[in-house]
Amino acid sequence: MLFELRDVSLTRGKRQVLDSVGARLPAGATAVVGPSGSGKSTLLRLLNRLADPDSGTISYRERPLIEYDPLALRREVSLVPQLPALLEGTVESNLRFAAGLAGEPLDAARCLRLAGLDLAFAERDVAELSVGEAQRTMLARALSQNPRVLLLDEPTSALDHGARDAVEATLGELRRRLDISIVLVSHDPEQARRLGDWVVRLDAGRVVEEGPVERILA
Amino acid sequence: MSSSIHVSLGQVAAALTLVVLAVAISFWRKADLEEDIAVAAARSFVQLTAIGYAIKLIFDVDSLWLVLALLTVMVLFGALTARSRAAAVPGAFWPLLIALAIAGASTLGLVVALGVFDPTPRYLVPVGGMVIGNAMTASAVALNRLGDEFGDSRGKIEATLALGATAREAASPFVRRALRSGMITLVDSTKTTGLIFFPGTMVGMLLAGADPTDAVRLQLILLYALLGSVAIAALIATGLAYRNFFTSAQQLREPEASLSD
Repeated sequence: MLFELRDVSLTRGKRQVLDSVGARLPAGATAVVGPSGSGKSTLLRLLNRLADPDSGTISYRERPLIEYDPLALRREVSLVPQLPALLEGTVESNLRFAAGLAGEPLDAARCLRLAGLDLAFAERDVAELSVGEAQRTMLARALSQNPRVLLLDEPTSALDHGARDAVEATLGELRRRLDISIVLVSHDPEQARRLGDWVVRLDAGRVVEEGPVERILA
Repeated sequence: MSSSIHVSLGQVAAALTLVVLAVAISFWRKADLEEDIAVAAARSFVQLTAIGYAIKLIFDVDSLWLVLALLTVMVLFGALTARSRAAAVPGAFWPLLIALAIAGASTLGLVVALGVFDPTPRYLVPVGGMVIGNAMTASAVALNRLGDEFGDSRGKIEATLALGATAREAASPFVRRALRSGMITLVDSTKTTGLIFFPGTMVGMLLAGADPTDAVRLQLILLYALLGSVAIAALIATGLAYRNFFTSAQQLREPEASLSD
């Protein structure tokens, strides 16, 4: 099992964001679906320890998450947030920074191509990118770390249909060629159906359904 | 340097005419600052008179322990004052206290060690007050900016942490900006000094009848010392305070009233 959550709860202020969540996320592609405010993004952030739950346990590859060094874990389980948040500089300097953290040699052309971007983007200043380009640069930056798991928070929310299809094709290719597992947060059941093998449905901080995509999103 | 000037209370009272003028302007143009001006005038009179007597006592007793006690109180109040301007930074008091203490001690220690000033109350008290006051302003501005940066850039900081960067790496662009904003005011005013404004020490010495060359040289020494102390204070305050935004697991702490999905 890639991730397993047992009785995971988290409150922020007075709000119960996650309420006794239990879920099993197998290797492959899992789509976390649910309405806005259901705790999807928070769940994703717990998986690479950007936050820890108030109670309950999470394991990654059968080992408690809390036992992993958070820095090493985040280089292996890479999270791409919904809103583009790049460092000042060029696209390439962002990729180089991320690859350097993971101790990986940088192949900028490959990372950009996988994210559906032309090599000419490497020299672009990130301040001049459109939101969609920035979102794909975020994906390329995560790929430069050669992660084993990609955590994607609404990865195509800012993209038009053409760009969305390109990124979805890339994600499919990544899984086939690189054996990367994906956990994808999406508000779009169609996208979950296209990309996921397994689905976890959240509502108001609780898991209401989980299972193979063909059963849950039939 | 010998003081050759005597100022009577009557002369001070006469200068109040300009305070009355400021109140009148505020009243006339509805700036709503009359009360603040009155409080400022009254507080400055009481505080400066009190510190004047305290300094006179310290000069008369001529004890370095008393100097140390006075500077310690200044550091303490400086840290408390600066903390109120850095409300968005969690646990800002200790970084500020350490920053002011080290900036004050190292700057004074250095100017004494270099033989610029004698280690006597007559030099240590006024120079120490200026050093600590400027260090306080700089570190307050720096931490105020740091709080704004962390408030505005949570997404960027967390996205960098998500790559496996340390808290230090994720915070570094914002710490750098905060440090810069703490130092820039003094750097800029030092650039224009003598052209656009005459700094206080020089004015004071000229009024007291000192030779202009001496007045300028002493002013330069103080400006250079202040540049150093302001840099030290802003560096230490930002370098310690940014850590309070993170947990030991290199996570960005949630702000007090956060309700994120």
